[in-house]
Amino acid sequence: MSTTQWEALLTVPVSDRDHTEGPVDAAVTLVEYGDYECPYCGAAYPIIKEIQARMGERLRFVFRNFPITTSHPHAEQAAEAAEAAAAQDRFWPMHDLLYENQKRLREQDLRGYGEQLGLDLERFGRELAEHVHAERVREDFMSGVRSGVNGTPTFYIDGVRHDDSYDVETLLAALERAAAAE
Amino acid sequence: MTTAGGDHGAAPLPAGTEAPDFELPSTPDQTVSLVEFRGRPVILVFYPEDWSPVCSDQLALYQQLLPEFQRFNAELLGISVDGVWSHLAFAKDRNLHFPLLADFEPKGEVARAYQVYRATAGTSERALYVIDADGVIRWGYVSPVGVNPGADGILRALEGLETEVPS
Repeated sequence: MSTTQWEALLTVPVSDRDHTEGPVDAAVTLVEYGDYECPYCGAAYPIIKEIQARMGERLRFVFRNFPITTSHPHAEQAAEAAEAAAAQDRFWPMHDLLYENQKRLREQDLRGYGEQLGLDLERFGRELAEHVHAERVREDFMSGVRSGVNGTPTFYIDGVRHDDSYDVETLLAALERAAAAE
Repeated sequence: MTTAGGDHGAAPLPAGTEAPDFELPSTPDQTVSLVEFRGRPVILVFYPEDWSPVCSDQLALYQQLLPEFQRFNAELLGISVDGVWSHLAFAKDRNLHFPLLADFEPKGEVARAYQVYRATAGTSERALYVIDADGVIRWGYVSPVGVNPGADGILRALEGLETEVPS
């Protein structure tokens, strides 16, 4: 079958540098590598919301950037916008706005979202123009590549790649299994 | 995204094998041969068909990783049984800026030489090879046809070349 086999494991553990929702001591951690312009990630967005609602404090959710700009020309700028919002403690509201407006990711759209979230727009605009957060986005991307991310979205449950479907019931069942194995 | 694979029987040529040479068209008036790249590593990406969803995602990822491959001075070559005009249209549409070689006539001859031709489908397997600067295969991998193999294996193989003691 192959001359080399490897396990698809998360090579960079979840840490303080990550954007997380849910308690640090949650029963299970779900990591998503996602692209803001990818329609499959857009489809996964409400699924994650539902799973978060159903699991509550037993789930910690982590989002890392994996923009494939070859296919999605606005994905990199959108990822940098989310990081620029994070620099003003507004990562998750921006993340949600981007996924709720996937077809409107031009520069003026991003500025509009910054305004909507009450960001310091001068700083937000400057950080986007100077690509201050490009390095961070690239670090996320390469950590994904090294962990076996081959497209988006790719999920890891407690550090192990989830190779099954990500419809609500399948993903929820996999998370519950991992939580029970604690 | 990973989905269920298809039939999965092929074994790649083993590491240590001299990579079979080839000369294939990359455009209507240009050809590319493996021997041109002696002195540099080559990443050979066999994929079943232009335009298929998995192939598109896989090659888009590799396009994005070209700067990483270039750090190893490695050349990336895609190969399928499609003709040059299909390759040109596909590369333009998907924003791919590395050579796509047409293993078109005799159909699949190079895929056969690398043991990755699927006679039932008339296309190649989804397979990866990393060939060193001396033209020797150092790593080969055949993925289930429906599964995008990603790039971590390629990067590991390229790093393996660098850490080896020169003979």
